[in-house]
Amino acid sequence: MQHNVNWLQALLVLSLSVTLGWTVEVQRPRGVPLTKRQFYDEAKPFTCLDGSRTIPFDRVNDDYCDCKDGSDEPGTAACPNGSFHCTNAGYRPTFIPSSRINDGICDCCDGTDEYNSGASCQNTCKELGRKEREALQKLAEITKEGFLLKQQLIEEAKKGQQEKQSRLSELQDSRKGHEDKVEALRTVKETAEQPEKEAKERHLKAWEEHKAALRLEKEKAKMAEVFLELDDNADGFVDVSELQTHQELDPDGDGTLTDTEAQGLLGGAHKVDSTEFMNMWSNMKEKYVSEVCPPTPSSDLDKDPDSVYPEDDLDEDAAGEDDEDDDDDDDRDDDDDKVISPLQVLEKLSVCERERWCLLCNAALLPFSFRALEKEISFDFGPSSEFAYLYSQCYELTTNEYIYRLCPFNRVSQKPKYGGSETSLGSWGSWSGPEDNKYSVMKYEHGMGCWQGPNRSTTVKLTCGKETAVVSTSEPSRCEYLMEFTTPAVCLEPPNIDTQVHDEF
Amino acid sequence: MSCLLAVWLAVVLSGIQAVDRSNFKTCIQSSFCKRMRDVVPGHSPYRALLETLELSNTRLTLQLINDNNKVRLLLELYRLQGNMTRLKINELKPLRPRFEVPDVLIADPPTEPLSLVSQDEGGVVLSLGADARHLVVSARPFRLDIVEGPHVLLSVNSRGLLAFEHQRPRKDTLSKISSTVGSMWDTIKNIFSSSSENDSEEVEAEEDAEDQNYEKEEDQADMWEETFKSHTDSKPNGPTAISMDFSLPGVEHVYGIPEHAENLRLKTTDGHDPYRLYNLDVFQYELYNPMALYGSVPVLLSHSTQRTMGIFWLNAAETWVDISSKAAENTDSVQAPSKVAQTDVRWISESGIIDVFIMLGPKPTDVFAQYASLTGTQSFPPLFALGYHQCRWNYKDQEDVRSVDQGFDDHDIPYDFIWLDIEHADGKRYFTWDPAHFSQPREMLQGLVDKRRKMVAIVDPHIKVDSGYRVHKEIRSKNLYVKNKDGGDYEGWCWPGTSGYPDFTNPEMRSWWASMFAYDQYEGSMENLYIWNDMNEPSVFNGPEVTMHKDALHGSWEHRDIHNLYGLYVQMATADGLIQRSGGVERPFVLARAFFAGSQRYGAVWTGDNAAEWSHLKISIPMCLSLGLVGISFCGADVGGFFKSPSSELLVRWYQTGAYQPFFRAHAHLDTPRREPWLFGPENTALIREAVRQRYALLPYWYLLFYKAHGTGQPVMRPLWVEYPEDVTTFTIDDEYLLGRDLLVHPVTDEGSKEVTVYLPGTGGVWYDAFTFQRHEGGQNLYVPVTMSSIPVFQRGGSIIPRKNRIRRSSSCMEKDPYTLYVALSPQGTAEGELYIDDGHTFNYEQKKQFVHRRFIFADSTLSSSNISPDSQFSTASWVERVLILGAHKPSSVTLKTSGGSVASLEFDFDEATSVLTVHKPGVNAGADWTLLFQW
Repeated sequence: MQHNVNWLQALLVLSLSVTLGWTVEVQRPRGVPLTKRQFYDEAKPFTCLDGSRTIPFDRVNDDYCDCKDGSDEPGTAACPNGSFHCTNAGYRPTFIPSSRINDGICDCCDGTDEYNSGASCQNTCKELGRKEREALQKLAEITKEGFLLKQQLIEEAKKGQQEKQSRLSELQDSRKGHEDKVEALRTVKETAEQPEKEAKERHLKAWEEHKAALRLEKEKAKMAEVFLELDDNADGFVDVSELQTHQELDPDGDGTLTDTEAQGLLGGAHKVDSTEFMNMWSNMKEKYVSEVCPPTPSSDLDKDPDSVYPEDDLDEDAAGEDDEDDDDDDDRDDDDDKVISPLQVLEKLSVCERERWCLLCNAALLPFSFRALEKEISFDFGPSSEFAYLYSQCYELTTNEYIYRLCPFNRVSQKPKYGGSETSLGSWGSWSGPEDNKYSVMKYEHGMGCWQGPNRSTTVKLTCGKETAVVSTSEPSRCEYLMEFTTPAVCLEPPNIDTQVHDEF
Repeated sequence: MSCLLAVWLAVVLSGIQAVDRSNFKTCIQSSFCKRMRDVVPGHSPYRALLETLELSNTRLTLQLINDNNKVRLLLELYRLQGNMTRLKINELKPLRPRFEVPDVLIADPPTEPLSLVSQDEGGVVLSLGADARHLVVSARPFRLDIVEGPHVLLSVNSRGLLAFEHQRPRKDTLSKISSTVGSMWDTIKNIFSSSSENDSEEVEAEEDAEDQNYEKEEDQADMWEETFKSHTDSKPNGPTAISMDFSLPGVEHVYGIPEHAENLRLKTTDGHDPYRLYNLDVFQYELYNPMALYGSVPVLLSHSTQRTMGIFWLNAAETWVDISSKAAENTDSVQAPSKVAQTDVRWISESGIIDVFIMLGPKPTDVFAQYASLTGTQSFPPLFALGYHQCRWNYKDQEDVRSVDQGFDDHDIPYDFIWLDIEHADGKRYFTWDPAHFSQPREMLQGLVDKRRKMVAIVDPHIKVDSGYRVHKEIRSKNLYVKNKDGGDYEGWCWPGTSGYPDFTNPEMRSWWASMFAYDQYEGSMENLYIWNDMNEPSVFNGPEVTMHKDALHGSWEHRDIHNLYGLYVQMATADGLIQRSGGVERPFVLARAFFAGSQRYGAVWTGDNAAEWSHLKISIPMCLSLGLVGISFCGADVGGFFKSPSSELLVRWYQTGAYQPFFRAHAHLDTPRREPWLFGPENTALIREAVRQRYALLPYWYLLFYKAHGTGQPVMRPLWVEYPEDVTTFTIDDEYLLGRDLLVHPVTDEGSKEVTVYLPGTGGVWYDAFTFQRHEGGQNLYVPVTMSSIPVFQRGGSIIPRKNRIRRSSSCMEKDPYTLYVALSPQGTAEGELYIDDGHTFNYEQKKQFVHRRFIFADSTLSSSNISPDSQFSTASWVERVLILGAHKPSSVTLKTSGGSVASLEFDFDEATSVLTVHKPGVNAGADWTLLFQW
């Protein structure tokens, strides 16, 4: 009968612990940790560790559970609540539930849990120990370097903070003056738009017609403007050479607008008059860049809620651009939210050459950049602002199907690798690590909704690393995403590293 | 998984939470059902032509004539061994052969001689053997009565609802084939002229009416074509429906005809739709109504304190069952006429023939044995299939599988199977693996092997139409797809997009399909990979009622004829494949959603896409009980509910219920939040762990029950009335049930329950709480206070149940563990039980008689273990660790005698408070003979 396996042999196990080349023999019943050895004295009756009962010592490890706490069967699976101690010399000692003794699966790296199951377990403790030491060493190195980087980040953040503060006060000062000017402009604009508004209020249909008419008018006006702009020699014709001043119209994107290409844009003619040009315009208008400052500021004014009528925003310029944000280039992608850094504002402004930078632009954008700056300063960038460097940055990870994008303190998104629209996986919510480690987890919430499910959200786990990078993404639960993100900013000061794995002795 | 249509209906129905009934036909919308239901009782046009009676050794044949249209039918009657009668009716001269269901009966049922007792112009009386049991055939109108002594047990066509739509030429093509028809009429005339003078005269008169009759029948709408929603059924063979009524005097309770989300006891269908049997993929099904669901078993059981009987209507076409009950004149005895209850049942099918098995009982166990003798018994599953199954649509990748597997170890919860739903395959091309998420399937499966666990992968029967997909290419090149009415490959939408549907009715197709499970064909598969066939109704997202067009063709048969059989064939072919891949050694495990009579032979079924609602938890009990009554014991419901998200209380209660139902699998919809057992806080984790552990402790009992179900056809999960057939109180109980005879389970299925009332049957008997061992009298309603940890389970006094109390990571890990015997004494101080052990996974128990089957008897202060099957041989490592005697008193000594003659005194504890005697460590091998002697 297999259960009757020489329990005496089973009882006394020779535990080998190799430390510093010494061999130590410690006799104790199977499955008992050294710390509890004194309770198992074979010369005396055994008292269950909970004190509930005393039994003859030969009932210890006899494969029948006598103690409610399982303490009489540390080396067998007889008690439902028992635990078995693996010495695991060379690695870490551990306890496993009694139910894993002789279940045919090697649980202890020293294989001692499978002494009567037929499973042949290799002793893998040394190998595991070596690997663990290596891993710890590597981790220690990363932590060390990461922590140095963190110190720099903190320094930079301090400087940055000061700069921002002073910039903020500057802006505050100039804000008032600009506001007055903007107010004046707004009045002018509103007066100009008064008929439009009245039309709207009269009737939607009429308004739609009016809108179409307006659009056509605007289109015509714009085209006329362009025609004049292009017709450098003012001969009432736009010709190939005149068109060639606008290299951005190059249809094949090789950077040169050749004679043939230009002629193609003009419908095969060498030159066209304004009427003919009207037919050609549609081929060009997507690409055409005006030589004058684009009317960005007035667009911003158009966004004034007062001028918005039934849902759709008419003005093709700014509003149109806004709607198409998803298709825009990366560097424009960042500015579709209210959160916009002053730097980005400046970048945007550089589209318009500095000398053409008009008052209007400035006036309109100023409050905007002011708010953004104010917001940035108000963020919780960690105890020493070590996370400030992540602000306004974005990090991507490409998987088999998707490109994931994390813009810390802003948003998380997912975009199919091979075309398709971007999905928001959440906007910045809060730091949400455990109380003692708040800055280890970021939460992004209120992403796009799921069918029969919640709005998408993302948890970002921060781990110490030299690089700042998204290292993995997953969706552990439907529409709840998990990102792992490495950054030096969470690297802790390395302790005086003793890489020795703790051995039981 | 298998929510049907989740994706595509999401768009159409977003927000709609319950079934869209308009997607499915009512009786009125199914033209044959309407026509048949319009037949008025009491005016049967059918007459038996007694002069055509032929009686051979094995059968009686007799022609029936419809006096309205003169079409003749052929009736065949068989007396079958085991107290059954078979009755078949077909057209005498059908234009085309009518479909007779193959592959459901395990063999031609053996017959017994029918002998003629008496005959006159009114009819004939035939003897059905002992007990003065007779079959009475009445001629005018045709009617059958099965009587026993003075009692009518069952009558056929007593209400005159027999209807048989004979095949006929289509009216607009009538002239073209008039010569054929004409000659047929001549034949009919000849038959009549050979009969009596009277009849000939009638023929003359009727001949004039013949044309008129065709005209009249042509007039009915939808006979040659009908349209439901946007789908037109071309019905090239015209009307072919059949209908028959059965009356059951003295019967008030009828059961069976699954699958319906309905109480155990069937309701009358007067005033609303009949119960429908038509395998359908129903999105978010509703409870307590007669709508068709995923599977069909056309078997109805009747039960009264006197007798249990069964009616098996062997027809695979769309079928509707009407049930009505009425008070009838009691004319079957010499007593003064009195009102007794009667239940009438009417079956209606769209095509095929009438082929009915009347199982005469008389006890419930007899009916189960009778039905098993026709269609076979529950397949004996591998032991591990009775463990806990962890499923979700979908475990996303190998890492997900690994971490869920690890989660069970981290939380010390046993499980045997982790499941992969449709997303695991490459673009829903079954038999393949998604290269991004499951690139190393063997590595993943080996990881499970290392933990002694298994996996199930889904393989659905719809095949992506993709010329680069080997499975599709081969089926197409072998010309084995179902065809559309025009002869091309039938195509429909399902998960992979445009899909073909293999013709599983073709043995060549099944054999090819089975060969696909060979390890070298199904790449990445391993011995511990088992299979799930979902969507085998078949589900066709863009088909009529989300299934296949009825005019699609399976060889020469229309889909109309075979519909309810398709799912059975899919599971059959898959199970065969799993057996073949192991060279005939290993028992298969295959789960299917659609099923038919006989499906029990191939694996497990579940109740489909339920929802995380208390009502769905509650209905899982009658749904599985109904299946058990008709042979399908291996039944379960998705634990937690498939759609929606359960509260932690509902989830815990569902685990507690599922742990005591045969097929124990948690499953969830793709869009629901994760719900592995440890995600609901430590308290709930502990409650779920405990429920699962109880399941594992009782695996020896479950295994025994399945072994017996396989051997005898007795259901594993039983309504109380099966064991207490004379206790009327039990007849309507479906919130509690028995496992075998010896465990009574009353799961808590109400939110916030503080108590349940458990009916303990068996006056004069006792029951013991399975955990506190408190003793309760039988024959009472017991008020049981419950907490979240309570699962009211009782062991019958008089029974002995073996448990394995060392709960490990998986059932395989428990193989060599010792048993504890729970001996629950009857008031007479006796008890009896069995133990079955084999290797747990091969056919060696059957082929080589390698098993242990023990009987334990406690009587006269002696507990003994003896061999039930002396010709079997198996050596087990398991031993007897402990014996608990419930309802005992304190002995002075306990002595163990082994077969070797050794005698040893054993230690014991006695708990005065609970009257439980615990005998320590008999230590005897579980396969050995031994005796425990108690001195009191």
